[in-house]
Amino acid sequence: MELSGAQILVQSLIDEGVEYIFGYPGGAVLHLYDALFQQDEIKHILVRHEQGATHAADGYARATGKPGVVLVTSGPGATNAVTGIATAYMDSIPLVVISGQVSLPVIGSDAFQEVDMIGITRPCVKHNYLVKDVTKLAETIKKAFYVATTGRPGPVVVDIPKDITAPNIKVPYKYPKKVSIRSYNPVVTGHKGQIKKAVDLLLRAQKPIIYSGGGVILGEASKELTEFTHTLGYPITNTLMGLGGFPATDKQFIGMLGMHGTYEANMAMHESDVIIAIGARFDDRVTGKLDLFCPYAKIIHIDVDPASISKTVKVDIPIVGEVKPVLEQMLELIRENHKKPHKKALEPWWHQIEQWRAVNCLEYDRESRLIKPQYVIEQLYEVTKGDAYITSDVGQHQMWAAQYYHFDKPRRWINSGGLGTMGFGLPAAIGVKLAFPDADVACVTGEASVQMCIQELSTALQYKTPIKIINLNNRYMGMVRQWQEFSYESRYSHSYMDTIPEFVKLAEAYGHVGMRIDKPEEVRPALEEAFAMKDRTVFLDIITDQTENVYPMIEAGKGHHDMKLRVALGTSTDRELA
Amino acid sequence: MRHIISILMENESGALSRVAGLFSARGYNIESLTVAPTEDSSLSRMTLVTRGNEDIIEQITKQLNKLIDVVKLIDLVDSAHIERELMMVKIKTSEHMRDEIRSMAEIFRGKIIDVTPTTYIVEMTGPSEKLDAFIDAVDPDTIIEVVRSGPTGISRGEKGLYL
Ligand SMILES: Cc1cc2nc3c(=O)[nH]c(=O)nc-3n(C[C@H](O)[C@H](O)[C@H](O)COP(=O)(O)OP(=O)(O)OC[C@H]3O[C@@H](n4cnc5c(N)ncnc54)[C@H](O)[C@@H]3O)c2cc1C
Ligand SMILES: Cc1ncc(C[n+]2csc(CCOP(=O)(O)OP(=O)(O)O)c2C)c(N)n1
Ligand SMILES: [Mg+2]
Repeated sequence: MELSGAQILVQSLIDEGVEYIFGYPGGAVLHLYDALFQQDEIKHILVRHEQGATHAADGYARATGKPGVVLVTSGPGATNAVTGIATAYMDSIPLVVISGQVSLPVIGSDAFQEVDMIGITRPCVKHNYLVKDVTKLAETIKKAFYVATTGRPGPVVVDIPKDITAPNIKVPYKYPKKVSIRSYNPVVTGHKGQIKKAVDLLLRAQKPIIYSGGGVILGEASKELTEFTHTLGYPITNTLMGLGGFPATDKQFIGMLGMHGTYEANMAMHESDVIIAIGARFDDRVTGKLDLFCPYAKIIHIDVDPASISKTVKVDIPIVGEVKPVLEQMLELIRENHKKPHKKALEPWWHQIEQWRAVNCLEYDRESRLIKPQYVIEQLYEVTKGDAYITSDVGQHQMWAAQYYHFDKPRRWINSGGLGTMGFGLPAAIGVKLAFPDADVACVTGEASVQMCIQELSTALQYKTPIKIINLNNRYMGMVRQWQEFSYESRYSHSYMDTIPEFVKLAEAYGHVGMRIDKPEEVRPALEEAFAMKDRTVFLDIITDQTENVYPMIEAGKGHHDMKLRVALGTSTDRELA
Repeated sequence: MRHIISILMENESGALSRVAGLFSARGYNIESLTVAPTEDSSLSRMTLVTRGNEDIIEQITKQLNKLIDVVKLIDLVDSAHIERELMMVKIKTSEHMRDEIRSMAEIFRGKIIDVTPTTYIVEMTGPSEKLDAFIDAVDPDTIIEVVRSGPTGISRGEKGLYL
């Protein structure tokens, strides 16, 4: 079969099983768009800004586990995509981003809409390719998908000069079934000796804790993690990226850890004698001050990326491999030896944890006449029966969603953790809804974040992706305001916008339903009404208490045992705890 | 400590910039870097000299290995190895200085590879410290130009960096 470069690209994507392309046309990709026009297997989602395309593809990838595919033109199209590429990179999300490039003969001449996409994206992709020969195009696409989805996943950019896609140059097409790359061989199973050492250490622990992260979600290992945790009977905490990897409503779950983690999770980390880190990367939001991190613990670390191991925190037993096979290997060893930790021996540890748990660190003022954002998330949880896909933006609302929506399943919590990209939530929700049209999809956002990709409301209408936007409107960049309150004597420098749009009208202008809610008793009925409108996107502009802060919190330079707690409501005060 | 990292990588355009970019993005220092194709035209070999404590060197080698274009690497300093650098020095030579320069070059096993009425070019290979020593021994006022390749190296015995 002889095809043009443009046809080869489209056919390769079809052969790869791609369902959706999120894109935006322009000069350098016109041949590609013409080829797309002449087929009907792949659906193209026309976004309103290329950043939206990357986030939507990213949301699709996070929800499904399949790679997200993006198509943008050269120059400004390509640069607009960079924020989304970096977002996916930081959270290890598989994307294949195809960017148009100026024709080969004019590369380097400052041609119209030329940017060095390979150079610009190099630090924020897993790999990138410039295609210089049309006969290598199909193989390059195959390699891009292979690299993006294996090992530690990540975005791959394929930059395609316009002349490579020209309709008049046709070459034989065959999509490779498999590719191998001699310099790229990700490790899958763990080293047996290390696994034995790890199991021995784990079974001897008196104050063990399981600390698991995004790698469990990425590696589809929730089932194994759950079995592992139940077999051992140990407490488990998740990172922001790991939420849903273990059911949040399980007794053994002690909440998220880190800067805005629970008191019990952080105290348990601090006091523990053995930590097993599973697909988590000791991010600075998790560890707090490194010198104070887990002073008494021996650490086991399972990670597919050797560079994640001992990067910030030195570990005692590293295991390079994928979470799923490694946990299976560990479980098998535990079963074979008929060894299990003694329930009795763990009692003092659990007793201690229950005491920390009793502090009730997530309690808040339930009597307030103002809408408390925490209450909104609790109601959202109830109305959706804990079974929705929740995307979020970045800020206080993101933390509240993480703290108060109890994720029992993987891939339900979709947020930008590593880069912390405001503007992520709305386009991501569209990507999720396309993948799961029958599921409830909500975007928890703030009035500042949502404005960063608000134009995608139009995309949501065109492709009939009825999502619910939960705008926790505190009229502040709340997260910034909180830091200014705590660390800059409440000098609220530019964290307040004097003007914000009337979101109800804005939603209506985009063809959706807008609702404004400003009383606590309206929250529940409004949510119910919104979710009952199965085929409408609803923007709920919820006016919340603007003084509310995210608690608990580990402030800069502090350790896990030194959390700032809310002083309220007959729960515990700082003094009582000391 | 000083480390010499020897890297086999795909001979692709852009591979070099991935390595250089990695070092600048992560704040690692590069003292020198040499690169050339190997007898297998699909591969090039890079020798990179860097400094850092053990943790940093561990991260550097892991991050380098993570680059898709990097096929294999070793830290030569981990075992017995030979290190060589090429240097060419252009020296101003007045009549009465010529013998002295010539004998100095000989002591350091250098060669004079170009002569004009007023200059010599001395070529020399060896471990970097030897080249430093030669430079120190020559009157700085007479040195017009120094060109150094940066060290490259190979491990001794059967151990080595090959596919
Ligand atoms: C405003 C804000 C506040 C935040 N506060 C917190 C907080 O309080 N607590 C918190 O935890 N985070 C917080 N974060 C997020 C934080 O910045 C990091 O993104 C997050 O902690 C990283 O999660 P992780 O360690 O699970 O790693 P991820 O980024 O999810 O990385 C996954 C790790 O698993 C590995 N991996 C991938 N696939 C596999 C596999 N198949 N097998 C084995 N290993 C695999 C990868 O190599 C990597 O090392 C916050 C972010 C923002 C924006
Ligand atoms: C693109 C981008 N710019 C700036 C920031 C820094 N930042 C983090 S949170 C935040 C405020 C977010 O405000 P809002 O969306 O209203 O959420 P809130 O904290 O009020 O819930 C800002 C500006 C960021 N994370 N991303
Ligand atoms: Mg806000």
